[in-house]
Parts: sequence; C-alpha cells; structure tokens
Amino acid sequence: MGITGRDLFLIAPELALVVAATVVVLSGLVSRQRQLTLGLALLGLAATFAFGIALWGDVHANGTQSAFNHSLVVDKFALYIKFLVAGTAALVLIAGSEYAERFRPYESEFSGLVLFSASGLMLLAASADLITIYVSLELATLPVVALAAFVRMRVAPIEAGVKYLLLSAVSSAFLLYGFAFLYGASGTMQVVSSGSAPTIAQSLAAGTAAVPFGGLAVMAGAVLATAGFGFKLSMVPFQMWTPDVYEGAPTPVGAFLATASKAAAFAVVLRLFYEALGGSSADWSTLFAALAAITMTIGNLVAVVQSNVKRLLGYSAIAHAGYMLIGVAAVTAHGQDTPDAAGISSVLFYLSGYAAMTLAAFFAVLVLTQRSGDERIEAMAGMGRRAPLAALALAVALLGLTGIPPTVGFMGKLFLFNAAVNSGLVWLAVVGAVNSVVSAYYYVGIIRTMYLRQPTGDNTPIPVAFSGRLALLVTLAAILVLGLWPSGLLEVARTAASGLVS
Amino acid sequence: MLTAITFLPMIGAALALAVRGSTRTTRLIALTTVLAELGLTISMYVIFSAEGDVYQFVQRAPWVSAFGIEFLMGVDGLSAPLVLLNGILGVAAVLVSWRVETRVREYFMWLLLLQGAVMGVFASLDLILFFIFWELELVPMFFLISIWGTGRRDYSAMKFLLFTFLGSAFMFAAILALYFSFPAGERTFDMTALIHKDLTNLIVPSSLVFSGFLVAFAVKLPIVPLHTWLPDAHTDAPTAVSVMLAGVLLKMGGYGLLRINAGMFPEELARAAPLLATLAVVNVLYGAFIVMRQTDLKRLVAYSSVSHMGFVVLGLASVGAGAAQLDGTGLNGAAMQLFTHGTITGLLFVVVGLVYDRAHTRHIADMGGLSGRMPLIAIGFMVAGLASLGLPTTSGFAAEIMVFLGTFPAYGLATALCAFGVVLAAGYILWTAQRTMFGPPLERWAHLEDATRVDVAAMGVLVVPIFLFGVYPALLTDVFDAGIAPIIASFAQGLGG
Repeated sequence: MGITGRDLFLIAPELALVVAATVVVLSGLVSRQRQLTLGLALLGLAATFAFGIALWGDVHANGTQSAFNHSLVVDKFALYIKFLVAGTAALVLIAGSEYAERFRPYESEFSGLVLFSASGLMLLAASADLITIYVSLELATLPVVALAAFVRMRVAPIEAGVKYLLLSAVSSAFLLYGFAFLYGASGTMQVVSSGSAPTIAQSLAAGTAAVPFGGLAVMAGAVLATAGFGFKLSMVPFQMWTPDVYEGAPTPVGAFLATASKAAAFAVVLRLFYEALGGSSADWSTLFAALAAITMTIGNLVAVVQSNVKRLLGYSAIAHAGYMLIGVAAVTAHGQDTPDAAGISSVLFYLSGYAAMTLAAFFAVLVLTQRSGDERIEAMAGMGRRAPLAALALAVALLGLTGIPPTVGFMGKLFLFNAAVNSGLVWLAVVGAVNSVVSAYYYVGIIRTMYLRQPTGDNTPIPVAFSGRLALLVTLAAILVLGLWPSGLLEVARTAASGLVS
Repeated sequence: MLTAITFLPMIGAALALAVRGSTRTTRLIALTTVLAELGLTISMYVIFSAEGDVYQFVQRAPWVSAFGIEFLMGVDGLSAPLVLLNGILGVAAVLVSWRVETRVREYFMWLLLLQGAVMGVFASLDLILFFIFWELELVPMFFLISIWGTGRRDYSAMKFLLFTFLGSAFMFAAILALYFSFPAGERTFDMTALIHKDLTNLIVPSSLVFSGFLVAFAVKLPIVPLHTWLPDAHTDAPTAVSVMLAGVLLKMGGYGLLRINAGMFPEELARAAPLLATLAVVNVLYGAFIVMRQTDLKRLVAYSSVSHMGFVVLGLASVGAGAAQLDGTGLNGAAMQLFTHGTITGLLFVVVGLVYDRAHTRHIADMGGLSGRMPLIAIGFMVAGLASLGLPTTSGFAAEIMVFLGTFPAYGLATALCAFGVVLAAGYILWTAQRTMFGPPLERWAHLEDATRVDVAAMGVLVVPIFLFGVYPALLTDVFDAGIAPIIASFAQGLGG
C-alpha cells in the first residue's frame, strides 16, 4: 500500500511543523533577525493548529482515522495532545525569543529544534504500533538533548545535555527490551486495532489468570515498558535526572521538557496500557497506584529542602507526575470491570492545567533571573515590587500547583482525586491530598520570599520584553479561566478520552 | 442576593486595589463596601423568615455539570445569623484598620477578600463550592498575617496555613467519598439533598468520612489538641485580622460541625458524643487554665477563645442524650455561642488592639490604671469582658445557659466541669481588668489618649448586638431553631426515635 494524499493530510500538523522547522533553520543562514525566526516558527505552528482543527472536524464526522498502513492513528485523544504540544511549543518560543539571544549565532537552530521535537511528540501521541512509538520517541528526544546543552560556554547545560542523552539511551533500551517481550508474547506490534492484523490486546486475550498480566513475558514487557516510560514521566525511581536537567538546561528548554514532553509521554503510556494491555488493567492499576503514591511523596518531600528555584520546579514536576499517575491508576469505576474514561480524562485535563501552571512558573523564573542569573530562592526577595507581573504569575502558578482555588490546579486535582475515589482508590486520594499540604510549604515559601522579603542587593525594576509579557499573560489567564470555568475543557478531555476505552 | 453578598466584598477588594488615590480614598472605599455589605446582610436577615422554607434565597446554576458541581447558594436558620455576623464584623474590622499605613491598598483588598470568602463559606450549599471558599480564605489570611503582622508573623502565618490545609485535605477526601458512594445519577454535592440521604452505607466506613470532616472542623474551631496554631496566629496578626479570625473564621469550624457532622451523620455524631463531651471539658478547662498564665493581653484573649469554643463542642455533645430527650437546646446553644462569641471576642480584640496602638505593649504587667486615661476603651473592655464571662443581659449568658441546659441530661459531669470554666472565666476576666484598666494610674501612661470617634464606632458596632441579643435572644434563637429543627428531625429518624 503506497502513501496516499489522505495519509499526508492525516499527518499534516506534524508535516507543517517539520517544514516550518526546516525553513526556520535555513532562514538562519540568510538573516539572524529574531522577529523573523519567531514569525516563521509561529506561522508553522498556526498551520499546525489549522490542520489540527480540520482533522478534529474530520474525526468528529468520520470517526477515528488511521494512516500509513495503520502505523499512525488520528483520533481525538491524539489531537488533544497535539494541540497541547503545539500550544506549549508556541508559548515556549514566544517567551524564549529574548533568551535565545544567548544562543547566538544559533538562535534559529534553537527554534528549529523545538519544532522538530514537538513534531516527534505529536507523532508519539498518534503512534499506533510499537515501532512507531519507539521511532517517534527518538525523534522527540534527540533534539532536546541538543537543546539542553545549548549554552556552550557554561558547564551546567552540557552536563544536563549529557545526562539527558545517557539516561534517554538507557530508558530507550529498557523500552525496546520491553517491547520485544510484548511482541514475543503477542506476535504483533499493533497497539491500536487495524484493518487486518490482530492487535496486542486481541492476541493476549487468552492468558492464564495465575500470573499477573496473564503471562510472565507480558509482565516483563509491561514492567520494562513502564521503566522505559518512567524516565520520560519523571516517575520514581527513574526521576533522578529531572532536577539536574531542569536546573542545568536553558530555562525555556526546561519549560518545554516539563510540559510538552511530559504530556506526550503520558499520552503514550495511556494508549499503550489502555489499548494494548487493557485486559490486565487490574494488575497495572495497582502498580501505577503504588508508583503514584511513592512518586508524589518523594517529589514533594525532597522539594521542601531545595534552594534553587529551577531545581525545585524539577522536584515539583516529579510530584506532579505522581498526581497524574493517580489518573492512570484509576482505571475502572468502583465495582465494575470495564475501563472507564474518568481516569484518562482527568489526566488529560490535568496535563493542560499543569502545562499552563508550569509554563507560567518557568517563564516567570526566566524573567526574574535573566538579569542576575541568580536562581536561588533567596534571590527572589522583593520581586513582588521589582517585577510585579512576573511575580504575580509565579505566585498564581505556585498557588495553582498547590491546588488552591480558583486556579486550574484545584480543578485538576479535584478531577484526579474524583477519578481515584470513583475507582475505589480512596486511600490514594488521601495520600494525594496530604501531599498537597506538604507542597504548600515550599510553594508558599517562594511566594513569601517574593512579597515579604526585602531584596538584599539590586533593587531596580526588571524590564520585561513584550514577548515575555505576552507569554506570562496568556498562561496566567489560562490558569484562572480554566480554574473558574473548567467545564469546556473538561468536556473536550472527556470526548478525547472516551476513544481509548470504547 | 447571596451572590451579591458574597461577591460585593470581592468587587470592593478589586476597587480598593485598583483606585490609586490617597490612603483616605482607599479607606472610604473599604468602609463603603462593608457598610453596604452590612446593609445587605441585615436586610437578608430581616427578610429571612423563621417560619418559611428551610432554605431561603436559594440560587442554583450548573457549573461543572460533568461532575454535578453546582453554583448553589442559600441560607437556612443556621447560616443566616452567621452571614449577619460576618457583615457586622467586616465593619468593625475596617474601622479598626483606620491606622494602617503600610501598603494600604493591598491591605484592604485582602481584608475585603477575606470577608467575601467567609461569606461564600456560609452561603454555599454545594459541598465543592463550600470547599472552594473554605480554601480561598487561606490566601488573604496568609498575606494579612505575614505582611501586616507583628512578632513571629512568618512562622504564625505558615503554621496557620499548613494546619488548615491539612485539615481540609481530609475534608476533601471525605467529600469525594461521599459523592461516589452513590450510583451514577444519584451522585450529588448538594448539601440540601445529601442531608436527606442515608449516609450509613458508604464507599468507605461512614465513620471515616465523619472523621475526615471532624478533623477539618476541629482544626478550625479549634478543638484541643489541634489548637496550637490559634494563639500564634492571633498574637501575631494585625488587630482587624484577629477580629475576623476570632469573629468568623473559627465559626466556620463550628458551622461545619453543625451543618455536616450533625446534619448529615447523626448516628456517627451520637456515637462520638462521649468523646466530644470529653474534648469539650478539656477545651474549656485547659484553655481557661492556660489563660491564667498569660502575660500577653492578646494571647490571653486567644486562649479564652479556645476555652469558649469548648462550649460549642459541649453543645454538640448534647446529642448523646438520645433522640427521645433531644430538643435541640444544646445544639441551639452551640450555634448561639458561635454568634455571641463572634461579637464578644471580636470586641475584646478590638479593645486590645486599641490599647496596643496607644501603649505599644501588650504586656499585662506593664499596664495598670488605664481606665483613667481612656475611659471609653475601658468601657468597651468591660462590656466585652462581662459578656464573655456570661453576665445576664449580655448575649454570652444566653448562649452558655442554653448549652448547659441542653447537655446536662446527657453528660451531667462534663457539663458541671464546663460550668466551672465559666467561674474560671469570671476569674481571669476580672483579674485582667483589674491589672490593666484599674488600679493606680501610672505616670508613664499619662500621655495616652482615649478612643477616637472611629474607634468608638468600631466598638459600638459590636456592643449593640451583644446587648440586643442578650436582652432579647429570641431574635437569634428563633432563627437558629429553624435551622436546628431539621437536624433534630434527622436524629429522631436516624436513631430510631
């Protein structure tokens, strides 16, 4: 079966990004104007959005589509993640456009790499078989390795880049090994049902009940895949790299890694486990529930003693991976056997809210540290007066991450814990809620430093470029608007989620 | 109307922050807001009919329909007086803030936001909405204490935040467990519907759900041993915040206990009654004995709050008498105590604040003979003090006598011990009055000035309800009765008559 025009239409959002990335990189040869690079990149992202909306309409009318001989699937779930990734990339590029001056003479490469990585993340969400998952993952990861090490004259970014490279390689190895087991047990690579070839779920239907996951090979495959994805998710015990890389990498890269990358990783985990291993959901639900509890507890407890803001955001990212794993673990409704969309939709909703809050936090840190380069929490003293907008955005983002209304963080946690209680995991909701209390201590600590402490040294206002202000305002508005009127996005998330369990 | 009552202070808060005028302009904006708010709450209270529907002024709009979360507001006999109380205290709080000079616009913004959030707590009938307002109130409190406070304000603000947040974590889990205990379609966060449901067979044992709520409200009330945040928060908070904290924030705890623990879980409450009676005795006596040892005037009033909140717990324990003997006097007394304590302790904090503003000390040993220098403030102190120790014709007496009468049949010994708390209260109040207000005038206080007109207004706003409801308590009790009656009915039903 050859490639048809239809196939190309179905991956048009990704194609637009790849084209834009190429053009952006090439444009760097001609002109080094910041506005030009940013304009081209945003044009590409706008095309991505346009195609995405067209595809949403198409899927809405004609149902789920598959492309390239069933190796890619275009459903609302994938499209939801694509919108999220593209939106995140756009905001990162806008907020980082001034910061990118430091990458001179490679500013356009910076934008290009972000776009390449975004296209990989979008393909990841749409992958329908194990090979495509793996290839997309590499496409998404390798540009980030380069991005993390982008500032050449300092040691920390290079260390971050190398660390990310090595651990990505290790996690990919785990993942491949796991996939090999899954293939061996089922005889197929297909995750999402296709025309002719049987899917993993269908081939595994007849397993023995005595062994978890219905067979040792499947269990090994599932556990190894969990480990492999665990790196991407910053899930304990595979979280070690997160704070180091977030701290060392350029701030916009950290923002991208914390949000877009994590969203796609959650998407593929949800798809693999719900679609391919849905039959043994009771087993992996327990696994993920335990991992969720451990991940958020460790993330929050270690975050308490941090003194560097970006490092703290790294631990906070770990903790939030734990919260979102609650949604992964909340498979079935209490007292029922069939998977329920509540968990998936809560994760999807939270991913969006988390992206808004984390981007706001990173962008604010970007603004607050750009002059001094001092990332210690003490250095935030007096920022409430020196940079009112950035401080406000950071404060609201941190209150949101704590889970205090009326932010999207509260609503997100409400839906996650809802899903947990819905599937009988009341204890997990309690662990999550108590964890929020621990997190209040360090999040509010930063707010307190910003507003209540007098700055020790420099006391002059920090100027914020228009691009930075725009990114801060957009994320700030998203946090509050989604916190007050969550229904719209929640409905979209539920529609997107329902495709995985039907 | 309740929506207006809830959001008016928030609009006022936005205005106070947005209008860049003089300090005077900001104060006037704040004062206008709280006066309008008081007007609204008074008219709400007057229109509220004790003979009418259980829930009045109900407003209902879908919000997050996927989870059945509604924007549902309304008041019943239980919450209407507390809404009024919040209206009264808001005025007092703004008036005693007249001398705030630092970051004035922010200050009044947070203060008004606080009032609005507390209004939301009392006016919400949807559990999630209730919870949202409950959490919302933390943020203004945190900033008010840590920016405008004194002493170890950072520590106290954080302690307050973490204690309350921990309590509400349990409440959150309890709310969700309550919601998912019903099959899809019957799930609701609507308190007016939940109160009629059978909540004995839940997704987790209903005693756990009950305890989740109990812990959250016990932190807020506070019940010993979860009280340790309170003296710190009170001592280091600015005067107006102490007034709001003692006046209405603690009442949120008592309100929650009555509305949710008593209203929805009568069996569990009846089972917990012996424990509550014991805790009440500990609260009252421990609090009172600690008061005796205090050298800081504000800390003294704070611990007296702990002691007095014990009476609320004792009133709740009255349900241990069994459905047959239960006539609601105890619960009514507990609710009444919430209201009266709000005005009385609010007034005490106002007076302490006024003294501190002038003398710049709260150390009791340094004071003495102040009444000669500032007679009006001394009068305020005596009114509050005498009401606090339960002098007849003040509202403090009415509330306490009802608690004792209601609970005596159930727990005679506990009631007797708590009544001893009243004796102790008489002791420490009079002793404190003697040490601070009376005695020979001291030379170093000769320059002190008496209350200004604004200060008198702040005290007057609180003195009026103390006497009004003391002389004619039926104004309050009739309304509370209307709110307590359904709870009593559910006891009769739940405990098998």
